[in-house]
Amino acid sequence: MTKQRQYIRTLQHHLLWSDFGRQVTTAVMAIAAALLLGALCIAAIGASPLKAYGAIISGAFGNTNAVAETAVKAAPLLLAGLGLSVAYRANMWNIGAEGQIFAGGMAAAVTALTLGTQLPAAVVIPLQFLAGLTAGALWAFIPAILKTKLGIDEIINTIMLNYIAVLAVGWLIQNPLRDPSAGFPRTSMIPEASQLPIILARTRLHVGVLIALVFVVIIHVVLWKSTLGFKIRTAGDNPGAARACGIRVNRVLIISMLISGGMAGLAGTIQVTGLHFRMIQDISGGIGFSAIAVTLLANNQPAALILSALFMAALDVGANTMQYQADVPVAVVNLIQGLVILFVVGREFLYRRITRRHQAFSEKQEKLSHAAEGAKEQ
Amino acid sequence: MWEVLASTTFVIGLLQAALRTATPLLLAGIGELYGERSGILNIGLEGIMLIGCLFGFMTANMTGVPALGILAGGAAGIVIALIHGVLSISLGVSQVVSGVGINILCTGLSLTIYRAVFGASYSDLPRAPGMTPVQIPLLSDLPVIGTLLFSQLPLVYIAFALVPVTWFVLYRSELGLKIRACGEHPMAAETVGIHVARIRYLCVVITGFLTGIGGTFLSLGLLNFFRDNMTAGRGWIAIAVVIFGRWKPTGIMGAALVFGLASAFQMRLQAIGIDVPYQFLLMIPYVLTMLILIVTYGRSAGPAALGKPFIKEQ
Amino acid sequence: MEQPVVEMKGMVKRFGSLTAVDRVDFTLQKGTIHALLGENGAGKSTLMNLLAGLYQPDEGKIRINGEAAVIHSPRDAYDRKIGMVHQHFMLIPKLTVAENIILGLQTRSSPLLNIKDASGQIRELSQRFGIQADPDALVEELTSGEQQRVEILKMLYRNADILILDEPTAVLTPQEVSSLFQVLRKMAGQGFSIILITHKLEEVLSLCDTVDILRDGKKIDSRPASESDRNSLARMMVGREVLLEYDRLSGEQGETVLETKGISAKGSDGRDLLQDISLQVRAGEILGVAGVSGNGQSELAKTCAGLRRADSGSILCSGRDITGTSIAQRIRLGISYIPDDRHALGMFPGMGVADNLVVKQHDRPPFSRRGFRRESAIHSSADKLIDSYNIRTTSRDTSMRSLSGGNQQKAVLARELSVSPQVIIADQPTRGLDVGAIEYIHQLLLEHRRRNAAVLLISTELDEILNLSDRIIVMYAGRITYTCDTDSADIEQIGLAMAGELQ
Repeated sequence: MTKQRQYIRTLQHHLLWSDFGRQVTTAVMAIAAALLLGALCIAAIGASPLKAYGAIISGAFGNTNAVAETAVKAAPLLLAGLGLSVAYRANMWNIGAEGQIFAGGMAAAVTALTLGTQLPAAVVIPLQFLAGLTAGALWAFIPAILKTKLGIDEIINTIMLNYIAVLAVGWLIQNPLRDPSAGFPRTSMIPEASQLPIILARTRLHVGVLIALVFVVIIHVVLWKSTLGFKIRTAGDNPGAARACGIRVNRVLIISMLISGGMAGLAGTIQVTGLHFRMIQDISGGIGFSAIAVTLLANNQPAALILSALFMAALDVGANTMQYQADVPVAVVNLIQGLVILFVVGREFLYRRITRRHQAFSEKQEKLSHAAEGAKEQ
Repeated sequence: MWEVLASTTFVIGLLQAALRTATPLLLAGIGELYGERSGILNIGLEGIMLIGCLFGFMTANMTGVPALGILAGGAAGIVIALIHGVLSISLGVSQVVSGVGINILCTGLSLTIYRAVFGASYSDLPRAPGMTPVQIPLLSDLPVIGTLLFSQLPLVYIAFALVPVTWFVLYRSELGLKIRACGEHPMAAETVGIHVARIRYLCVVITGFLTGIGGTFLSLGLLNFFRDNMTAGRGWIAIAVVIFGRWKPTGIMGAALVFGLASAFQMRLQAIGIDVPYQFLLMIPYVLTMLILIVTYGRSAGPAALGKPFIKEQ
Repeated sequence: MEQPVVEMKGMVKRFGSLTAVDRVDFTLQKGTIHALLGENGAGKSTLMNLLAGLYQPDEGKIRINGEAAVIHSPRDAYDRKIGMVHQHFMLIPKLTVAENIILGLQTRSSPLLNIKDASGQIRELSQRFGIQADPDALVEELTSGEQQRVEILKMLYRNADILILDEPTAVLTPQEVSSLFQVLRKMAGQGFSIILITHKLEEVLSLCDTVDILRDGKKIDSRPASESDRNSLARMMVGREVLLEYDRLSGEQGETVLETKGISAKGSDGRDLLQDISLQVRAGEILGVAGVSGNGQSELAKTCAGLRRADSGSILCSGRDITGTSIAQRIRLGISYIPDDRHALGMFPGMGVADNLVVKQHDRPPFSRRGFRRESAIHSSADKLIDSYNIRTTSRDTSMRSLSGGNQQKAVLARELSVSPQVIIADQPTRGLDVGAIEYIHQLLLEHRRRNAAVLLISTELDEILNLSDRIIVMYAGRITYTCDTDSADIEQIGLAMAGELQ
């Protein structure tokens, strides 16, 4: 009995009372709750939840091509999510990844179209990435500077800039940069030298996926191993204290937004140069918003983002298989994604409750030990 | 080209379209105004509107009565808004995150339900009986403005009637005073015996209802069917409308009309085949919203406690 | 004797491990002005918040006009005709005076606001009591004094006949104070019963009929004001004989390290926060700054630490002018700042203990190299500090949020003091902590004094100041009103200076 109790204690300690354990536990609970509710919905429309989820898994991971598609889908989510995790660590509510993706994609497309025929791939591809990164960062710079200099809330400005970017791109690809041979707005195809190499024959798996993974490492290192990342985290956790400790908070906030926008710009870049080979109006398909869900699910942890991006991408990719195998509408996956994010939101609350209980517990322990010490002295 | 633009038919058509485009923005904007005035920021309007749009359509499709559709859309909006309410009022979590979650959820929810109910066939598009214009006796016979102002869909009248009603509620009723107090200084409101959470829930419900019926205007007013992501960003514009309208009912009406006009103008121009960079017209609302934030920085007209959780201490 | 309007018996209110009000009895007679006198944290406001329905007592009974009363909410208090004017006004800036006054009131007849009638009534009330107020003015455009009048009218409008005023004169000019007193006297004359929470002796003596003295949550005495005098009240308020608990042994006091020359600062509302403050702190010396909170001490600390700018005057560190330097530069000069509010300015609740400990040095060797953190150095330093400062935590990576208040404060102190600072600015370093932690922090400060640091210690606890300081200054309304060596300190004089009696 006591042994069992001890075991439960230890388990409780690992699952709830270590910060890492708390994060993992609550994330898994959020996903489980969402999948469960999703299963109920699937059952409610008369299909088999097990069959549906099975179809999603086989559709997303069942064969080489499926895995490649899932990875290709996950890569831009991962890149944009990485950027958002930096901004969110700084407590900058960047809702504007979508617009930053458009800005980055457009800049990459323009670079490819103007330089791709003149320069070798080894030169033009890095230039495209640089262009995408810069454009995304600049697009994020606008709300960042408005926030730090004038104190205007970044949330609304990033939302507005999403639409401005989407419309501006719409105009560009319909007018000055329109593919003359196409009946609808899109740019011409980018030259071969500009296209990202495919790394697995007969799939669409392009090198952008690897680049995204490289950036997981980079962002992880920046956020957790560099002094800049440390400054970003302090500024996000308590800007007042960060300032009192000599950190230039406004500068740090701006840098975090530049990184955030830059990463979203890279997501746009690989969509253009690795997947569609041209700028189209549908370049993102809501990646900028899904990336918010991906980031929140991963609790702004770069490493966890890989799993969370794969999870969201697998749902999207497996959705078609689910539709024809289990006769469940594709949209059910959006439903599950939405439920995940709402449960993740609820997790914030749960997390606080556990923390408070932990605090009460340690205070009690402390008192007990004080009392014990007092008794000893007497 | 200029003759066409100056012609009476064009102008009347334009204004009429502007009124119709402005209506869902106005409904959702007024709805959001109640929420924000009480201190609750709801950026899930897009999702709520979409759900309202769907349920309005479904109900009208099944019952054949558009009015029931409108009510059902409002009710569905309330249900979704209450999720936001529980998360942001009772649990005190980030209102931004909750709103983002609601948008994603509603995108999925609306499509799932639509497919589940109507199947995935695109060839045979389900339709619902739409609202029919209501002619106001005598006034609708007036030249020019008769057709423009007095022979509109019922929701148009309701939306514009909500402007003075809301002004009256906010500034001339006890409830409105309480709402404004909760949005400005919830602690002070609590000390004079106001139940802040209760008032905020009420406002969240109003937001949900009005945004929901704003959604039904799309599927029962502008068009008579439902399609994926039918709201196409109108919920986000409604949030901009509230800011652009400086959190005042009349301001919101003005903002909704400006936005409606910009959007109607580009549609009209495209319709008559004039090639203009319509994207820039559509951009006007967003740019204006940012500009007004920049011009008025530091003296925000927004409620002081907007977006801040308020949990009573014991 | 007439039946008392308010009778509180054995009131107890605890916040966690702190007992804010400890078995206090309180009796208020009709038509009197009754003072609750005490220092910060004596429990005056808490006791009255129990009466006003903002807090629920843990023990104790309340009788209003002889009837047992349970007051769950401010609304219950209004129903019993009790109204409280809080120190921080509970007014909504964007609403008009009339709107604020009628806010939350349910009129039975209609759901509509009747501003016109309300304004009429407000004008009537303001005439009857001589309280000037324009019902149509926006509250945000009023001065603090005018806002207070609105708060009083708000209570009168609600038919309160028991009025609680929490430190009402803190925000008033002398002229406003005298007109407020006139109003209060007039009201008492008309049968209102008034409770005045204050720490100013002058107010007790010139205005009140009865005075209750509170200290450390307990009632010390209750007596007619007419039978009290300045000196005895001051003694009862600030308390006990001075017990020198610590062995201070005057060490070698060296050169002046921190010096301010005539610094002045105004708040955003134009009020003077600091007026011509000149002080010196020498190496190996603790300069204690006494005073009731809100008299400019925190602003002084922030100005010295670089968190806010002075409008005029200069600050010197070891003779070097640092008036215009950044916070980071001052940290590099060896100025440490322990803020009064660690939640706002001191700690990073979501980050680990080790991270909290290293913040100020995180981009300097040995904790960083070429822009990267050196975890091994951070860890070993953290382990050492956790050990030597006795910070109780499950691990160095546990988030600060999970620590108890005392341990959070120890971590902040460890960060600020482990760098062997030249100057330590400690703003209420022991506020809200339990006895064990307080004593530990006191020992730390003395240790650094022995190490020849210059310490500016701000505290509202007079005991703390008397026990630790070599010299003492008292601040009142942004000015230094009293200066002395601790050894020759006159408690009564300090008490008078804190209460604004010495200019």
